[in-house]
Formats: sequence, structure tokens, C-alpha cells
Amino acid sequence: MRYIPHTEAEVNRMLAAIGVESVTDLFGTVPATVRLKRPLNLPEPLSEAELVREFRRLAANDATASSHLAFLGGGAYDHFIPAAVDHLISRSEFYTAYTPYQPEISQGTLQAVFEFQTLICQLTGMDQANASMYDGASACAEAVLMAVRSKKRRKVLLSAALHPAYRETVATYCRYLDLDLVTLPWSNDGATDPAALEKMMDDQTAGVVVGYPNFFGVIEDLADLARPVHRHRGLLIAAVQEPIALGLLRPPGELGADIVVGEGQSFGIPLSFGGPYLGFFAARREAIRSMPGRLVGESVDRDGRRGFVLTLATREQHIRREKATSNICSNQALCALVATVYLSLLGRQGLREVAEQNLAKAAYAHRSIKAIEGFSIPFKGPVFNEFVVEAESGAEGVLTDLEQAGILGGIPLGRFYPNIPEMRGRFLVCVTEQHSKKEIDALTAALAGGGA
Amino acid sequence: MKKPIGISGLILDEPLLFERSVPGRRGCDLPPLDVAKANLPAKLVRDDIEGFPELSEVDVVRHFTRLSTWNYGVDSGFYPLGSCTMKYNPKVNEMVARLPGFAGAHPHLPEHLAQGTLSLMVHLQTALAEISGFHAVTLQPAAGAHGELTGMLIIRAALEARGASRHKVLIPDTAHGTNPATAALCGYEVVPVASDGILTAAAVARVMDDDVAALMVTNPNTLGLFETEIKEICDVVHQRGGLVYCDGANLNALLGIARPGDMGIDVMHFNLHKTFSTPHGGGGPGSGPVGVTQDLAPFLPGPVPAKNGKKYYLDDNRPQSIGRVLAFYGNFGIMVRAWAYIRTLGAAGLRRASEMAVLNANYIRARLEPSFHLPHKTRSLHEVVFSDRDLGGGCHTLDLAKRLIDYGYHPPTIYFPLVVKGAIMIEPTETESKESLDEFCEAMLAIAREAKENPENLLKAPTRTKVGRLDEAAAARRPCLKWGEEEP
Repeated sequence: MRYIPHTEAEVNRMLAAIGVESVTDLFGTVPATVRLKRPLNLPEPLSEAELVREFRRLAANDATASSHLAFLGGGAYDHFIPAAVDHLISRSEFYTAYTPYQPEISQGTLQAVFEFQTLICQLTGMDQANASMYDGASACAEAVLMAVRSKKRRKVLLSAALHPAYRETVATYCRYLDLDLVTLPWSNDGATDPAALEKMMDDQTAGVVVGYPNFFGVIEDLADLARPVHRHRGLLIAAVQEPIALGLLRPPGELGADIVVGEGQSFGIPLSFGGPYLGFFAARREAIRSMPGRLVGESVDRDGRRGFVLTLATREQHIRREKATSNICSNQALCALVATVYLSLLGRQGLREVAEQNLAKAAYAHRSIKAIEGFSIPFKGPVFNEFVVEAESGAEGVLTDLEQAGILGGIPLGRFYPNIPEMRGRFLVCVTEQHSKKEIDALTAALAGGGA
Repeated sequence: MKKPIGISGLILDEPLLFERSVPGRRGCDLPPLDVAKANLPAKLVRDDIEGFPELSEVDVVRHFTRLSTWNYGVDSGFYPLGSCTMKYNPKVNEMVARLPGFAGAHPHLPEHLAQGTLSLMVHLQTALAEISGFHAVTLQPAAGAHGELTGMLIIRAALEARGASRHKVLIPDTAHGTNPATAALCGYEVVPVASDGILTAAAVARVMDDDVAALMVTNPNTLGLFETEIKEICDVVHQRGGLVYCDGANLNALLGIARPGDMGIDVMHFNLHKTFSTPHGGGGPGSGPVGVTQDLAPFLPGPVPAKNGKKYYLDDNRPQSIGRVLAFYGNFGIMVRAWAYIRTLGAAGLRRASEMAVLNANYIRARLEPSFHLPHKTRSLHEVVFSDRDLGGGCHTLDLAKRLIDYGYHPPTIYFPLVVKGAIMIEPTETESKESLDEFCEAMLAIAREAKENPENLLKAPTRTKVGRLDEAAAARRPCLKWGEEEP
């Protein structure tokens, strides 16, 4: 076994030093009644060469960019990843370390997290960001818990246009906390209905959660939504499922959001069938001591040299135990590093340009599809890089036809909204900087030609 | 002793990204825009992001390369961080996780176009169930604490489905802090149970009543000791209608030896980043699958990858499910690495891993016991916990840990478990050779001598790192959590 260095001679010398006869003797405290009396039933071990062959065979059973032209978004996005990203995060001083409990030999991780926290604050327009959460959905759930904690109120409004999996995750986290989760409808522009919010918002409501952009790609009017929320002294939580949008859109912090969470996958993290991704979490300065998760802060050593440490740990589970602000321990540190490297490479100009290309290409696709007979765009709100298309003939059939032409044309929405019949005709199309005009034209041609 | 591996070297300084920034510089380029530029209403568009980095690709590469050199990883050297199982992270696992079919798979792919990823998940679920003795496994939780949350929600859902409304959870004093934090998140009141190292069925029976939903145990516990009465403890809890949760952080001691599912445990989380060799990433991403008994399987979070005939699919028709705990299906990239590890070792290799992990911990114990206070004398499994009682020279565990850094080692876990004053928790794992253990023990013994003869060496340590001990109190008093804030 190439990962286990012990020779039999060494094992014998070690057993002698311990003063036992055999390795089995070391397990003497495990009662016979619970011992496994047979070998585990697992496949035979593979050499490295066999392993690579086997995994190549498995991986070949999935659709990829070389087999299909995909317009899939819905919370996970295909963006170009510069080669330097994977190269740098493959430095094993980064990826084989653990949580920086010993700051003197973890300054690389700590400084990178401090930079990550800064970048997230710059993007979201917020004062403080944490070191990361598991993903956008769980970050959203933690934001709801923080709102409930800090407001001491038991009602939370969730926009129906918030990513459905985020809403479900919030509901799971809140299952036994005796909270009232209420759904806010969307209006016919595909954005959260401000009139409904006016009616439903009250002094018992801790927070209101909306997507930015929302699940339909629509850019919510956060400033407008913030007014009734703040009038009742509640918190506005913005959940960003496509953070490339923050390169172009006004930051939620400028528009009245009190907590901004989101999914950082777009910042250089591979699609990887849904994970590992990157939850981010940012809040106002005054909320810092009720934030969940790890925080890195600046300090100095005895000689006055700048260094970084994990800080405000008294909020956390290993100190506060059942009174902690969250149970989170390991987060997604390496994914936060990916995002930090990606954003450093893109920089001030690059991020803006990528966002503008996403906007332009989606707008081009939007215009082209709107002009095809049998298809319409049901929501009129402004969108970033994805939008909802309605097919007169039903979404599932259109998408199946497109697949015959090697195109994954979008995500059918009916399955997310089983109780809303009109959603059965709708699908969500995502266009990023990765799509050329020619590829977008291929999609529209296939739609116009009935998929052939 | 041999010369310590920690010697002086050149350390390159590196400012923050933002301090390196040069207006107009860039580190990426894009294909020319081949469609008309689009514009949003002005009120939706942000101003330029002030202070955002402007760097060339070379700047970025040097920046992060230099940062990396200030870190210590498993690839740098011995990392005996107890409870974290810092075993070697195989390189081929990194490679296979990056295969385009895995890394490029979109989570919204139609199922028939994701047969590779789905089949891998089903295989891994089956293997983890076999290794742990559970009926079913969910791979969705992203880390150990996330698995705990999932597992405790399952317990609560199952009890409520039986019509039982219970309010308390029993947690031994040796538990990880995540256990009580998780119980609270599930709406439970935490009742601590004193253990004196090993939890007894009698101690559990004294606090077990009809209002207790569950007991959360760790086995082997955080002292590295097997909970010998585990079966009787589970009986006590079950007889009063409760369920038993096991924190699987220490499963590395038991692979192929004993299975938590056979001990009477109802729910357990795995840490793929501990037991199954996936990298710790500087604090994640991990992966925290949860195994459950047959009775609890209907409550697993959906969707669950499953097989029907020759087709793999996502089963989302689970009316009793607690619901999702993550947007998609879990940290798939980590699952690929764990499955590669299981496929490489096989049944005999996994058992050998546990045996050698236990051998290594006991060897360190044998070598250090004459010089360090060992509060619990029961046979250790995969880790051993000493205390600083006999250190002398006014030195404490923290000073020992910092001095170990100068000698070239990552320190053990310190001041945990809380039941040992000044705890020094050493978990070597099976991937360390006898000579690396010997060198580490020599360093520990040399430091013990220094503590008595020249305690200053410990108290001012570390001296060979980029920075010395940092003022953590000041950092917490006036938090500075981002660049551009006032200096602390």
C-alpha cells in the first residue's frame, strides 16, 4: 500500500516498544460483541493506473462542453477559468493544510482569507464578510437564522422568486425553530411583488429574503423593497446566486440590504455536479458579533509585524458550544481561495468586462428568442445573464428536441413549481461569456426549426 | 538527537493584493464581444469598484506562491492535529476529480447525461454503508458539522413521526463543540453527561428519561478511547425511546474492525476529509455524509442518488424527507476523491490503515509517556491525549505547541478535549513512517527538557516563522476584518 509506509520489521519494532505481541492486541478495548467478524465487502483494490482508467470510464458517461452546447444556469454557471487559478490552488501548502489554528504557520491561508473578506465587502457594498459558508443555499439559511436571532422576531418572508433550493434549505434549517416562513409572490415582471410586501411586512417580521438577481435572472429593485422592510425595522437579506452580476449591478449594500449572502461558484470554481461551491456572507458592522462562521482579523506580533489571526471566536461552537451563532466548523476555505485568485486575475476591469459580456450575450439571445414564433418572454423585468422563456408547445418537449441536436437549451421550470400550471411551459436559459454568437444562433435556429 | 528539520530559511514578504495594485494593470483578457453591447438602466449599474485589485498575471502568481510558502501542510511535514486525521492526500485523487466529465458536469444536467456522476455517488453510498454498518447514506452534507445538523434533524423528524415530542439531548463532556451547537440548532436543550474518560451505561441511565430525544457520542471518543459500553449505552437510550447519534470524526480507528451500525447507533456522520483522505483545503471543503438505520432512511435529505435497473437517477419522491441542506447534491468533487481512495485501498487496505493509525498513536504514547503526563491510561486507539501538568518551567501547552513549530512540526490539537487541563491531543495517522514519529518524539522530549532547563526557548517561540505570536486579544477587541479599515 503506497500510502502506508510501515514495513513488517518496523511494525515489529514498534509493537515491542509498546509492549504488545500483535496489532490485534491494540484493539483489546473493542468488545468482541461489536467486532466485525468478516472482511468488508468492497471492490478489489486498484493500482494507480487501473484507477485512472476506471475513473476515466466513469467520467465519460457525463455530458460535457465537448459533447453538448449547454445553456444551463439556475444557480451554477459555466464561466471561463484562467489556468493560473488551478495552478495556484494546487500548491499543496494551501490544500493540504487545515483550519489556521496556529497562525504563525498559517499566514498564507489567513492573509488570503482576509483578502477574500475584503473582496466580498467590495463586491457587496457591505462592511464585514466571513471566511465562507458551504454554499449559497446554506449561507441563505444562516442569514435567516441571524436575522431571527438579532431581531428576536419569529416571522420571515421568502420571495417565491428566490432560488427554490435556497428556499427549501432555509425551511430545513428552520424546521424545529418554531418560525413562520411565509412566501412572497412575484409580480408579472418576474420580480418580488412590492405591493404584496407592503401588505405582508409587519412588526413581527425579522427579515425578508430576495434573490439578486433572482431565480428567473431578474434584477430585483432592492431599494424599493428595502423601504417597507426598514419601516418595520426588519432586515433585508439579498441572496446572490450569480455573483458575476456584482461586477456590474449596484451592490446590495448601497441599496439597503442588511445581510448579503450568495454563491461564489462563478468565481473560478468548476461546476463539479453542484459542489464543492462557495457560500459567502456579509453584513453590517454592528452585526459583527452575531455573524456565523470564521472571521480573520489583522493583528501584530510582539515585534509589531503585521499578521492575521482567526478572531471573535467567542461566537463559535468550539468556545460557545450550544450558545454559538452557528454550528459551522470547516467551511469552504479552498473555494474561497479559488475566488480570491480568480478575482485578483480578473481585477477591476476584467470583472466588469465579463459582467458586461454576460449581459450583452444574454440580451442578444433574449432578443433572438423573443422573435421566434411559438416562444415568448413572460417576465418583463430587467435580467442579467439568464431569463425565462415560454414555449407554447410546453418546455419539456422543446428541451428534449433540442437535446437531439446536441443542445441543452435550459432548465424546465415546471418541476420547481408543480402547483403553478403556467410554469410547465417555461424554461430558464442562461448565456455567459463562454457562448459565442454562433452558438447562440445555433440555439435560436434549433428553436425556430422545431429543434431539428 | 538528529538535527531538527526546522531550520532557518529565506522568507519572502508580500503585501496585500490591494496594496500591490497598479491602476490600469490587468491579469486576464477576453475574446472580443461578438454581439451588440447591452445597457441596463443607469440606476441599476454600479460605479467602478473602488480599491478592487489591478494586477498582472505574474503579480497574482507571485503573490499567491509567496503566501503559500507561509503555510504548513501535510505535504510539508508531520501534522498530528488530533481529531482532524491529517493523513496524506493522494495526488491521483486530485487528478481524477479534475476529469472533465466530473469537474465539468452541470448539476442541472438531465439524469441520463449524468450517469457517471450519479453512479459514482451510488457506489460511494453503498461502500460507506458497508464500512459503517448502516442501511442508507446521504452524501449531501458539506462538512462534519453539516452532517451533524442533518443527522439530528433526521432524529427529530423520526421521533416526531412516532408522535414523540422530546426536548433534551445528552452530550458527554468529551464531545466536540459542534455537538451541542448542532443540538441547539435543532431546537433541543443540551444536557451534559460527565464521563471520566469512558462513558458508562449507568451514567447515561441516570440522566436518560422520556424527554430525551438522543444521545450524541463520539466513538472512539476525543480521548482516543473506545467507548467499551457502547452497546449497553445504546440499549439504555433505546429502551426509553431515544436514539443514538455518533460523531464519526474518529472513524479512522475502526475501518474493517468494528462498525458503528452494529453497535446500536442509529445515525452517524462521516468526515470524508478525515477518514477518506480528501484534502482539508485550509479549512474545507470537506464532506460530511450521514449513515442511518433502515427506520430512519425515509427521512434523509433529498434528492438521493439511486439506481433503477441499469439507470441511475435522483430520487426526490421522499415525502418524509427533512428536505435539502444544500442547493445541490453535496460536495461531489470531494466524493470523487474519497471513492478513489476506497477503490485504491480496498477492504484489506482500509483495515490496514486503521491498524497502522492505531499502532502509530500507541507508539508515540509509549515513547512520550515517561516524560509527559497521561491522564487516561486506558489503551489508546488512533490518538493519544497528554497534559502539560509535568511540563515545568512555567511553560504551558501553548508554549510547547509554539516551540514544536520551531522544530519543524505542526502542533497537535491543544486545550481539547476540555476534560483534560492543558490537553495535547496527538493523532499521527497511518501515513507517517516510524522515523517521522521518532523524530517528532525526539523533538517533544527535547522540548520537555528545554522547559525545565531553558523555558525561555518555549515562552518566546516560535522564532523561525514569518511572524511571532500574534496579539489575539487586540484583534478581538478592535476587529479589523478587511483592508482599508483603520489599523487595529
